[in-house]
Amino acid sequence: MNLNELTIHELRDKLAAGETTALAIAEAVFRRIDAVESKIHAFISLMRESALEEAAAADRRIAAGDATDLTGIPIAVKDVLCTKGSPTTCGSRILENFVPPYDATVIAKLKAAGAVIIGKTNMDEFAMGSSTERSAFGLTRNPWDLERIPGGSSGGSAAAMAADECIAAIGTDTGGSIRQPASLCGVVGLKPTYGLVSRYGLVAFASSLDQIGPFAKDAEDCAIMLNALAGHDPKDSTSVPAEAPDYRMFPGREAKGWTVGIPKEYFVEGIDPEISAAVNGVIATLERLGVAFREVSLPRTKYCVAVYYIIAPSEASSNLARYDGVRYGFRSAGSRNLIDMFKQSRLEGFGSEVKRRIMIGTYSLSAGYYDAYYKKASQVRTLMRQDFDEAFKTCDALVTPVTPTPAFRIGEKMDDPIQMYLSDIFTLSTNLAGLPGISVPCGYTTTGLPIGVQFMARHFDEGKLLTIASALERETPFEKRRPAL
Amino acid sequence: MVKITRQEVEYVAHLARLDFTDDEKNRFTAQLNDILMYMDVLNAVDTTGVEPMTHAIARTNAFREDIVCESLETEAALANAPERQGPYFRVPKVID
Repeated sequence: MNLNELTIHELRDKLAAGETTALAIAEAVFRRIDAVESKIHAFISLMRESALEEAAAADRRIAAGDATDLTGIPIAVKDVLCTKGSPTTCGSRILENFVPPYDATVIAKLKAAGAVIIGKTNMDEFAMGSSTERSAFGLTRNPWDLERIPGGSSGGSAAAMAADECIAAIGTDTGGSIRQPASLCGVVGLKPTYGLVSRYGLVAFASSLDQIGPFAKDAEDCAIMLNALAGHDPKDSTSVPAEAPDYRMFPGREAKGWTVGIPKEYFVEGIDPEISAAVNGVIATLERLGVAFREVSLPRTKYCVAVYYIIAPSEASSNLARYDGVRYGFRSAGSRNLIDMFKQSRLEGFGSEVKRRIMIGTYSLSAGYYDAYYKKASQVRTLMRQDFDEAFKTCDALVTPVTPTPAFRIGEKMDDPIQMYLSDIFTLSTNLAGLPGISVPCGYTTTGLPIGVQFMARHFDEGKLLTIASALERETPFEKRRPAL
Repeated sequence: MVKITRQEVEYVAHLARLDFTDDEKNRFTAQLNDILMYMDVLNAVDTTGVEPMTHAIARTNAFREDIVCESLETEAALANAPERQGPYFRVPKVID
């Protein structure tokens, strides 16, 4: 096997045993990128030079006996996280030439652990999308079928994982943007609890929903990544001041004796039969391991798309007001006056989906409509969270599909915003309730497209997600499969 | 049913400091109408007396000590400016 195909924990052990070097791993990753990137387009920019320097520094650190689990591990980062001195575009023309003067906290933490940042991955503009077709820098293709989308908005990170162009990756998840592409690309993706990971240096989309999380090749790697990411940061006032556990203790534990809820509203019409079958297969596998299942109800599930597509655009319309062409970002040339410059810069700098969402959000928050839309959605959100509280009184975790269909074809949903929004139907509610969720590979369609299963847990109960994911992997190691490219 | 008219689209666009071509205005009016119609499902939910949820995790304000911390140097803060004049961001004239 090539080094770029291995997991973090396998590489860590090889590095510790002196069987390979961080430089050799980085070179293997860039060789792979050179070989397949023209087919996939997972990256917006590569950081080859700094990555090789970081790899050399990692080798010195390993030689000095000062290595962490991530020292010398090549990691791809979604282009929505600020990287000091390296372009950070958010997939938008408006930030095409933006070079952040500081590192996001998660980038600083990864660097402090000795990780090697190899590049910035493609995404739907400002993370608004479910297919990575809405990047201003071209679409990303699904490594399992190049005519299909990789999911989104963190589609570049997920595709880079599936194509073995990195060892682990960072994404962000506002309504499913880690879990949905993880599912469609056959890798593990975790959306942590709101507040667990600092968002300092994350370009904001919807501040009450956004979370940063890892893509990984298995649950153990996911735990290693979460260890590096989690923890309080005084620079993010929403980051929770609590000590995070060592997540490495959770994979490998048994889920025997647990009760897992099956929310009946997630198993209704419209789901692809192969996905239902795969999720039912997961339930059967876990039952054999001594997990008990019970049907639960999350009665407000049918409202989650409407609630989400009011709240997220409302917050976005406020967050994206900062792109005015004054301090950074694109400025339209030749404006007559200031207001004209604002409008022209935003008109030329933003893509159509971003404008659509700014419009929905501005409308929902405007005088006369606030009560009917934003306030109403925020009230229903309270009820949705209460539904989860009720379900978790009797359940350790919940199990659902991640997506209603496998990866769809490029272009299939581009002209129909509501159909595109509905592809997130099973992932939105965890963001609305602030819960952690994980997507784990659980099978393939007859045409060879990956299928994922989602587990959700109580706030800050990521450990349970890692335990149940690893239990599933031991029985049915679907995450080991890779596409032929 | 009409949820939003072309005139309202123009008004909201101005609030959001956006400007559209005639084609875009027509397209956005139709699409926003569809989206807002979809949002009507929420009218079926009784929310009488329900507190709106503004944050996913219950938190009080995060205060910190009022001490001077490191901040960006002027040059770093201005490095991405589309136009500058000395230590300032430069913009077109504000009043015509």
